[in-house]
Amino acid sequence: MRLNKIILSFVSALVILFSTSVASFAKVVGDKIILGAAISLTGKYSSNGVHTQNGYNMAVDRINSMGGVKVGGKTYKFDIIYYDDESNPKRAAQLAERLISQDGVEFMLGPYSSGLTKAIAPVTEKYGVPMVEANGASRSLFTKGYKYLFAVLAPANLYLDVAIDLAVEKNNGKPVTVAMAFEQDAFSQDVRLGVLDAIKRTGSKKVIDDKLPKELNDMAATLVKVKQMKPDVLVVSGHTKGALTAIRQIAEMKVDVPMLAMTHCDAAKLSKQHGKNSQYALCASQWHKTLTYKDNFFKDGMTYAADFEKEFGYDPPYQSAESSAALLVFKDAFERANSFDQKKVRDALAATNMQTFYGNIKFAPGGQNVDKPMVLFQVMCDDSGKCENKVVAPTKWASAKLIHPVPKWSER
Amino acid sequence: MDFMVFQYPMITVQACLDGILLGILFALIAYGMALQWGVMNIINIAQGDLVILGGYIAYFMYLYGIHPAWGVIVAPVIMYFLGVIIYKLVINKVVDRDLFISILATFGISILFMQLMNFAFGADVVLANSDYGTTMLFNNNVVLPNSKLFSAFISILFAICLVIYMKKSKLGRAIRATAQNARAAKILGVDTEKVYAATFGINAALCGVAGALISITFTIHPYMGLPYTIRSFMIVIVAGLGNLPGVAMSGMGLGVFEEFADYILGTEFRIGSVFLLLVLILVYRRFKLSRKREYLK
Repeated sequence: MRLNKIILSFVSALVILFSTSVASFAKVVGDKIILGAAISLTGKYSSNGVHTQNGYNMAVDRINSMGGVKVGGKTYKFDIIYYDDESNPKRAAQLAERLISQDGVEFMLGPYSSGLTKAIAPVTEKYGVPMVEANGASRSLFTKGYKYLFAVLAPANLYLDVAIDLAVEKNNGKPVTVAMAFEQDAFSQDVRLGVLDAIKRTGSKKVIDDKLPKELNDMAATLVKVKQMKPDVLVVSGHTKGALTAIRQIAEMKVDVPMLAMTHCDAAKLSKQHGKNSQYALCASQWHKTLTYKDNFFKDGMTYAADFEKEFGYDPPYQSAESSAALLVFKDAFERANSFDQKKVRDALAATNMQTFYGNIKFAPGGQNVDKPMVLFQVMCDDSGKCENKVVAPTKWASAKLIHPVPKWSER
Repeated sequence: MDFMVFQYPMITVQACLDGILLGILFALIAYGMALQWGVMNIINIAQGDLVILGGYIAYFMYLYGIHPAWGVIVAPVIMYFLGVIIYKLVINKVVDRDLFISILATFGISILFMQLMNFAFGADVVLANSDYGTTMLFNNNVVLPNSKLFSAFISILFAICLVIYMKKSKLGRAIRATAQNARAAKILGVDTEKVYAATFGINAALCGVAGALISITFTIHPYMGLPYTIRSFMIVIVAGLGNLPGVAMSGMGLGVFEEFADYILGTEFRIGSVFLLLVLILVYRRFKLSRKREYLK
């Protein structure tokens, strides 16, 4: 009998201990608002996953040190539970499930990449958990009627259509010929759709429309076709490997094209890996530190970049900047909702209309940010071979004049 | 479908030359696989990952300011020892089991290498710049990056050295003897254990050379190994074991086939067409994977 009692008390002690430890993870504990995030810390997205995490952490520290979040007359601080999704969509969905149903998280931050966001969104939607994401730009995320998904970044179809407009403008308003090479993934195909829209809108003509494989490391065939067809614009989107492969082979094969536009230049560290060969490439970017948006927490892009560099030792790519912005959006929404009720916070998020150092943020009914245009920068090198990214479009923020057409290889 | 490649003769020439240069590189990797397959009857799924690892060696030399072409000498040395270590740790424990176990074991090694490379070097796509410039032919209508010419030249050089080594050296003769009849070789005093270790090492070294060349010519990242494994598997199946001219020819053939598939079907079907070809050839040749095993411990 005594033994039974001891066992019973031992078990109940365990149960109590366990339940309190679970409770300590719940959404708002004491003065902490706990957010959940599945991030790619290992696997193929790990470098961008780390940029995302650094962006989140930077904003959490900044908001907490500047007074935190005020809800119902009380001050709260942010805290984030991270799990490593191993760059795997299935794992990401499991972790979202775990964050919500086991850890009791009631507000989520997004993972890195469109693919993983797509995997997580149905889960957060099912539980009615508001998710502010900063790294999923695929258009298909915003056409499913999700009510609890909010993206601070511009959708993928807006990445490169500006480039077509720019080429037409440089061609005195006359239509241009366009060669396209896009990877076969959700993001790049959305970029392609945007370019197709722009081609249609401007009456331009596509002369090459190649799809690139996931294991791309040779696009010589596409470039030979480009040499033959001599298009006015070449657009390439295939994440970092697309950007790196394109620049290497364009330089080696001496492909002359008046305008070369692509995505993921800064993530690929183009100018560092290729130096002068990357000169004149036009790159679509969600953000650039020289933009003049302002907020109270990070002041502006230049200050953000300097602070980020001090803390993490490298220049922030836009993936970090947009991740930081996601936290600013959450803080703003909590304060306007003045409550931790998920529905109220969701409604407050939907009504967001603010400026951050990263750009203006206002969500369309689909959840995408419609108030922030993409920028295009051009890689420009000086004679010593030092290269810099300079914003050339839209003209409002241009810090340098677009060099067009790109000089021929024989004249460089 | 796009038949541009046949409409312009210069593009046809370009595609053939690109294919041949690429194929020579594939043949080097495939030769390593054929050697190992022939001698110890192991199909090495980790072949491509060894290649990528060799590429990282050249890349790191480049990062530290050494010209990546030196990787062609450094990578095989490091990879040889790595190959011997892998043999001692894993392969010699499974080499006398059936083919399936050895495929599983090398598959495991492949996954392990992929993750270790990702862990150690990051998931970024990287490349090593050689700054070798470009050769223009036919009135600038055909362009050949010198890096591709360099890698084809080095591949041929290594293949020739290896053939001579296999013919003339003591170890080479022992390897060939073991491949022919392991039991007889052992009776005649060949240390087969040593031969197996050396074979695995030589294969890894060849992968190292190829990897260094790939980092100079193309790009590398940790998850890119499998297509190279598949290609060399396919080349070996077409050529047969122990048939070096066959490996060279089928390597170049595969390179040209890939280039034309790329032009006609589109880049997205490039690797897919290799897989398709593999299936067709397997069906056609009814290749017997279960061929008699000849391993002696």
